[in-house]
Amino acid sequence: MKSAGQRSRHALIVVWTLAAVVFLYIPTVCIVLASLTDSRYFVFPIPRWGFGWWQKTFDSFQTWQLLDTSVTIALCVMVISVVIAFFGALAFARYDWTGRSIYQKLVLLPIFFPQAVLGLALLLWFNALGMELSWKSAIFAHLVWIVPVVTLVISIQVYSFDPALEEAAFDLGASRWQVFKEVTLPVLFPGIFSGCLFAFLLSWGNFPLSLYTTGADTTVPEFLYAKMVAGYTPGVPVLGTVSTIGAIVLLLGGYALITLIRHARQAREE
Amino acid sequence: MPIILLLLAGFVAPLLAVVAFSFMPERSFSIWQAPTLQNYEVIFNSTNYISFLWSLGLATVTVLILAVICYPIAYGLTYVFGKWAMVLMLLFTIPLFVSENVRLYGWVLFLIKNGVLLGTMKSLFGVDLSSILFTKTAIIIGMVYVYFPFMLFPMTLGVSMVPNEARDAAYDLGASRWQVFKEIELPLAMPGIMIGFLLTFVLAVGAIAEAKVVGGQQIIPITHDIEIAFTYAQNWPLGAALSVLLMIVVGALVLLVLRRFDLDRVLGRR
Repeated sequence: MKSAGQRSRHALIVVWTLAAVVFLYIPTVCIVLASLTDSRYFVFPIPRWGFGWWQKTFDSFQTWQLLDTSVTIALCVMVISVVIAFFGALAFARYDWTGRSIYQKLVLLPIFFPQAVLGLALLLWFNALGMELSWKSAIFAHLVWIVPVVTLVISIQVYSFDPALEEAAFDLGASRWQVFKEVTLPVLFPGIFSGCLFAFLLSWGNFPLSLYTTGADTTVPEFLYAKMVAGYTPGVPVLGTVSTIGAIVLLLGGYALITLIRHARQAREE
Repeated sequence: MPIILLLLAGFVAPLLAVVAFSFMPERSFSIWQAPTLQNYEVIFNSTNYISFLWSLGLATVTVLILAVICYPIAYGLTYVFGKWAMVLMLLFTIPLFVSENVRLYGWVLFLIKNGVLLGTMKSLFGVDLSSILFTKTAIIIGMVYVYFPFMLFPMTLGVSMVPNEARDAAYDLGASRWQVFKEIELPLAMPGIMIGFLLTFVLAVGAIAEAKVVGGQQIIPITHDIEIAFTYAQNWPLGAALSVLLMIVVGALVLLVLRRFDLDRVLGRR
């Protein structure tokens, strides 16, 4: 039984949490509102609503170029980082070896590092190597920060993985590759999948690393920043909304897919 | 180990490049010159320390505010919300993937004169308030907002490490709510809480966008000084030296805190 004191404390926590959610979504709502205005400057309440700026933004060639650069970088980062992080996570959470605890901490270091400084450091490093900067160097820069995050995400799944499953498969005569394909990968799939989502989305939204390492190419967050500093245009909220909706759809879609797969697996087991 | 190679080439090497650059003479663009301590002399004889103090101060304030905001939510996510916890987690995750700039810009639209907040106040209640945009308060709101998930997630991990039996036992022995919190919950949740503190603090020290976008450059954080040195002033060695100092502060803190934790225990509690 819950006591009265406990119940009122729980009610407080609910209110507190909902307030935090509202706080977290204030700016998002504002961006969407601002993209739906037809006037040149943003005033609230909005005098004239309309989709004019959406049309203008999508008619421009530059918008598509920005989206293209951002998506290309994010896709490459996703594929490369998940492959690297998958094996990194196995070493992180699974196998015992000397130097493991040092490795665990080393891998996490880039996450705990200010990204703006990391971006500059990479810029200096590329310069020292005499490399030309483009979207390709940005991929590398994103990897430095995103691979550790994805490693961590996949590791959490690896921790809950029972090694006995693999051993059983070996005992039944499966080859190393079969065990990997039929046991390890499917069991760790949810972790790998969330790793993919994280990698794509973190690269998609990244600004500080892109800023210093894209050279002449421009990503969406970089473009938005340049426009924000240089002066308002309703194109900024439009692209901002697009970027937000993209992230939300991907995340919810991914989450739904994971839940479906989990249910399907449970149904099969019963 | 591909991950080790990536970190060597993408993290360790760039940092070494920064260190090397910090010993180069003023305004040089290569690291093959006689080393000098001149940049550090310049820094210690200038007012850069003010920026340093601002950055450290703002980060401290952010951490403290977030600790108070996040603890009840972390507790709620673990014990109160049940199956809704997953939905809330998802809601708290989404903003992570939208570029920081875009979201901060949402705050500008919310707080600006004739924006969503003040415009509504004016048209509904006829009150004409002055905007808090471009003040220190706005910067703190921006930072609390941006780093919220970085505090919440590790903290939730920590709170969920507290076994129910320990709490129940304490209650059975006649402990008050406050005693349970102080003697049982807090110490047992400490690893997660400390990692949350560390992550938030480190990222907040390296923050740059908040002061620029919502702060109207009321405060010049150290990252801004670094950026100025690299871009407008074209003085890479000076920027590198400032970065080195920032790296020392951050690195020392990270190593100090991470050394105290067994990551297997924090992450692999299941």
